Amino acid sequence: MANELRNLKDRKVLVHDMALRDGMHAKREQISTAQMIEVATKLDDAGVPLIQVSHGAGLGGNSLQHGFAMHSNEEYWDAVVPKMKKARISCLLIPGLGTMKELQSAYDHGVRSVHVATHCTEADTSPQHIAYARKLGMDATGFLMMAHLNDPKGLATQGKLMESYGAQTIYITDSAGYMLPNDVIERVRALREVLKPETEIGFHGHHNLGMGIANSIAAIEEGASRIDASVGGLGAGAGNTPLEVFVAVCDRMGIDTGCDLFKLMDLTQDVIFPMMDHIVRVDRSSLTLGFAGVYSTFLLHADRASKKYGIPARDILVELGRKKMIGGQEDMIEDTALTMARERGLLKTSAA
Amino acid sequence: MKKIKCAIIGPGNIGTDLIYKLKRSPVLDPVWMVGIDPKSEGLIRARDMGLKTTDQGVDGLLPHVLADEVQIAFDATSAYVHKSNSDKLNALGVLMVDLTPAAIGGLCVPPVNLDQHAKAQAMNVNMISCAGQATIPMVNAVSRIQPVSYAEIIATVSSKSIGPGTRANLDEFTYTTSSAVCAVGGSRTGKALVIINPADPPMIMRNTIYCLCDDAPDQDRIRESVHQMLAEVQKYVPGYRLVNGPVFDGKKVGVFMEVAGLGDYLPTYAGNLDIMTAAAARTAEMFATEILAGRYQLKAIKEAA
Repeated sequence: MANELRNLKDRKVLVHDMALRDGMHAKREQISTAQMIEVATKLDDAGVPLIQVSHGAGLGGNSLQHGFAMHSNEEYWDAVVPKMKKARISCLLIPGLGTMKELQSAYDHGVRSVHVATHCTEADTSPQHIAYARKLGMDATGFLMMAHLNDPKGLATQGKLMESYGAQTIYITDSAGYMLPNDVIERVRALREVLKPETEIGFHGHHNLGMGIANSIAAIEEGASRIDASVGGLGAGAGNTPLEVFVAVCDRMGIDTGCDLFKLMDLTQDVIFPMMDHIVRVDRSSLTLGFAGVYSTFLLHADRASKKYGIPARDILVELGRKKMIGGQEDMIEDTALTMARERGLLKTSAA
Repeated sequence: MKKIKCAIIGPGNIGTDLIYKLKRSPVLDPVWMVGIDPKSEGLIRARDMGLKTTDQGVDGLLPHVLADEVQIAFDATSAYVHKSNSDKLNALGVLMVDLTPAAIGGLCVPPVNLDQHAKAQAMNVNMISCAGQATIPMVNAVSRIQPVSYAEIIATVSSKSIGPGTRANLDEFTYTTSSAVCAVGGSRTGKALVIINPADPPMIMRNTIYCLCDDAPDQDRIRESVHQMLAEVQKYVPGYRLVNGPVFDGKKVGVFMEVAGLGDYLPTYAGNLDIMTAAAARTAEMFATEILAGRYQLKAIKEAA
């Protein structure tokens, strides 16, 4: 039954750290190569098998829309990949932003796994990229973002499409940190019903409603075998599922992650927390994201627009949710703030 | 008045919407629709609208080109088959207006460079992409005032307005649009982003244009240039609207646009469809006018070996 914890003892789960990709959003893309190396080597040493490293928006992310990182993705990979003893490095590719040229470059620089990400209803924009990743011999994941905006049956259909393109894992991606455990359970179950037995299911959470751990455990209960988390919770919005907390809970439940809890705790305390420009936690704005179902990455953009145009960030975020803006539409944050400022008489000139 | 007879290849969203646009033209007359699937709804609709149809691809059209006096063809298929379509029709002296991202011909954005293509007597012009048609005029509106080192455009289109061909080949869309932002828009480097939004009811096409100028933007002249360009595009796409901006932030100029369609084939939210077909129709009209005036000689081009 959904509401009753199953015995998960000895279940194996592959954890995938997001701090050096999703965490880039929380750092306004300003992480140095030295910091990348320090965090990645410590994750590797703690037994984390898969580490995502790139601009927050993934391949092709360096832009006015998504911000320019301190270094190119290639510079980050060249810094990190040679230092890895066991861990593999992954990246993110959102079709429409990243392209196959950049995927080839990622592979050439040692990246061996990719989340190919689309909005949860637009899987059919990913066939080229998933197929190309497989052709390169990469581990390829179909990553269905804002998964709360598609019902379980619809999400399963989209996952099945990505499987048909060659994806080996289908992710339920709670980009808004909106989902509750039952939402996760229904979606994993629907995917499990249609996917081939060898296709894995993953869950990527955000902690905007404080549900990152609970949602991840719920996903595992229903058969998910890959979990995205972020050491120290460094990620967009209120952060991703905090990796060290997740590993502690798994240890208590007997779930096998292969990770060393104390090393992750030390990394969090000694390296990640001092790195944070703001405390990544559930606060007024990030809670608004979770409550209104808005893309977590919008958080800092809304804060900036709020300062520039004098509209409260919460009002902007709620309006973006009402207008059903999805991941990638960061330009609409300033646009929305401008329109709201004009309507409230805060702008001198009007466009019309 | 005499009209130039046209064929449309590809009875999808774009091809079908084109029929409506061409039927209203004083100088163009759509007479053929070419498809590959006898059961396709698009072919049936084209037949109902009075066009001759074939389900044998371009090869099914070739024997009729001369007898039916087809002089301009619109290709709304895919980048992969465009070259072959264009070679076959050029060989018969048919001018190609390419609506795929193939971009083997000159890149055309009517208010920016249509005159040049007409003067050059081109036999193949490429319409880039809906995102390109909606944004490049604004990049040009800034770059004609002062040098732009980098332009970035973000197009958001409704899920219902994007057909399977574009979806399956999103990279071609991105590459062609990015290169046209520079080549036609006039920036030294450029980037194009596309987002497909599934909101229901569908959202109207939105476009954001950012330009990074070499020096501090001349705000008054850029504002004036943007409004002039807006009026130029509105001549053939009445629903092309400035929502916000231009806004200035250091060397960055931001322009926020919206494109509502005429609602011919798809409802008005699909401004992306309209701006593409309207630009193609406007381009063809310019050529047709030249042909009718005897200033433009269509010439058969032998296929390259």
